[in-house]
Amino acid sequence: MPQKDKPTLAVWKFASCDGCQLSLLDCEDELLAVASALQIANFMEASSSVIKGPYDLSLVEGSITTPHDAERIHAIRRASKFLVTIGACATSGGIQALRNFKDVREFTTIVYARPEYIETLNKSTPIADHVRVDFELRGCPINKRQLLEVVSAFLNGRKPNTPPHSVCVECKLRGTVCVMVAHGTPCLGPVTQAGCGAICPAYDRGCYGCFGPKETPNTKSLAASWSSLGVTEEDLVRTFRGFNAFAEAFRKESDAHER
Amino acid sequence: MRMSGKTIKVDYLARVEGEGALQIKTRGQQVTDVKLRIFEPPRFFEAFLRGRLFSEAPDITARICGICPVAYQMSACHAMEDALGARVEGPLRELRRLLYCGEWIESHALHVYMLHAPDFLGYEDAIQMAREHGEIVQRGLRLKKTGNEIMSLLGGREIHPVNVRVGGFYKIPAQHDIAALVEKLKWAREAALETVRWTAKMPMPNFERDYEFVALRHPNEYPLNEGRLVSNKGLDIAVREYDQHFSERHLAYSNALHSLLNERAAYFVGPLARYNLNFDRLSPLAKQAAREAGLEPVCRNPFQSIIVRSVEILYACEEALRILERFERPEKPAVEVAPRVGTGYGCTEAPRGILYHRYRLNGQGVILDAKIVPPTSQNQKTIEDDLWKFVPPRIALPIDQLQKQCEQAVRNYDPCISCATHFLKLRLEHE
Repeated sequence: MPQKDKPTLAVWKFASCDGCQLSLLDCEDELLAVASALQIANFMEASSSVIKGPYDLSLVEGSITTPHDAERIHAIRRASKFLVTIGACATSGGIQALRNFKDVREFTTIVYARPEYIETLNKSTPIADHVRVDFELRGCPINKRQLLEVVSAFLNGRKPNTPPHSVCVECKLRGTVCVMVAHGTPCLGPVTQAGCGAICPAYDRGCYGCFGPKETPNTKSLAASWSSLGVTEEDLVRTFRGFNAFAEAFRKESDAHER
Repeated sequence: MRMSGKTIKVDYLARVEGEGALQIKTRGQQVTDVKLRIFEPPRFFEAFLRGRLFSEAPDITARICGICPVAYQMSACHAMEDALGARVEGPLRELRRLLYCGEWIESHALHVYMLHAPDFLGYEDAIQMAREHGEIVQRGLRLKKTGNEIMSLLGGREIHPVNVRVGGFYKIPAQHDIAALVEKLKWAREAALETVRWTAKMPMPNFERDYEFVALRHPNEYPLNEGRLVSNKGLDIAVREYDQHFSERHLAYSNALHSLLNERAAYFVGPLARYNLNFDRLSPLAKQAAREAGLEPVCRNPFQSIIVRSVEILYACEEALRILERFERPEKPAVEVAPRVGTGYGCTEAPRGILYHRYRLNGQGVILDAKIVPPTSQNQKTIEDDLWKFVPPRIALPIDQLQKQCEQAVRNYDPCISCATHFLKLRLEHE
């Protein structure tokens, strides 16, 4: 039953894989506690019960890729007091932003027999390109500890503590030997924002940048180091055109290596 | 005589993964139209995979679905290994199976407890259900968590694991971490047994159809990663023959393509199909639990898929335990793979059913063309066909009740709409 005294939570989906909102359901130990602190007012993946807005906290997953969604996000903004984007799609356009580097009409005909049925925009864009965003949570997918941090910061009226430094700091904290220095494995850690817990280097592979660029990333210098490890220009383009391809720092770096 | 017409409209289907709508029109006692409309925006994976390296496919295709990323990684790896002439055997193959068990447990527990059970028991969601069935929901969450723990250990994280590569893994976890999973899985095995008993008691709508079930079949395993594609109506082909037997159709009202069997049209994939075609490959405990739950070796009531899904959770827990208890450390985390010209085919059993990948590569290992057929696009037509038959005997029900039952019927398939919008190239067109 609706309880008016609790703040309301809404979860919204745009073009995405559902993984970031699933992160909320993946908080198996905390989910019922979250549900007791917040009134879940609109979370279609989890519930058929929908309570009308306005909403105190909106979590927005996914990027804007259709004319309809470009309208819908404005309605959601108007109905939301505090709007948080969750994940790489919502904060940078996601992997589907690879269309931004190509002709989308060609893409439609590759995938669909009847492209005229498909309504799509030329670009996949982050939520902040369309409406004011109060907070952005990075990651492909987001880290569920960081999600809980955002929710509890909201409940306690404070700023979420999500460090903007690089993955390198997390490797040091974790005690992981640098895969790039010690093994010559190309790694995006030096230019990628922390938050995942530096998982990839702990599993003997280089970071692939799923949390997007950190503050003031020196991508040019990192690209030069990668080249000295024998990475080709084509591979540099592919590397920066990953799950955060349209984030400015990564986009510029990939463009710089494209011939 | 004027016949009264009704429209059942669900503008946004809840408790499914992704954005879909349902529209059913009736006139008198007849259903005149059923449309499962998928409005999830297209993301064009097959298009932007062109020009990417073969080694990137597992990480990129995982992003098609946050609920079953391992399925995408497995189908991509198998297809690439097929193209490159590599075989992953022994302990590495077992570890892949273990990882997949983790995803089955996680995904099935999510669906059984959080998405589907509320329909049977009359709640709007699991959180509401938890107020009266707190212990049961807690058990479901813990079961789900156990699946996630396998994925976290072996994959690095639950959603979009980072440790899977063509040829195997990046790193094999430490022995003591692997051993720590055993006790958790022993608990999970008991919880899964309880899950089967709990779902067996749920009120089951009386509904059966003569489906064509399609699943993998392996000479001696319940299918996860490998096997031939078989059906109960005579299909028996190698995975690489898939394109000769199945086609996709693009309809105006849906952003997901309908996949059909060329010979006989609609078919059914997922837990019920696997169970019906592979009952003899289940473990003795899983078979016994199924029988005690009142299931025959062949089950044609799609509502009972909630019981079958629970039986599969039990099987996955047992299989994970078997692998963990006999675990031998592989010498290397992966087998070597080298680029070469070729086309590769892969099909594995995602929690929701068969997931087919095909890639064509050039000599540098660059993807020239990709095709991906997710389970939900294969079940779409069957879901619609179910509703054509399900509604008429219930047409006198109050519309909100009928609507709820129709939604429940859609959820029998655990549709993953995020998956279904990333299609495929197609041959057939809607006339």
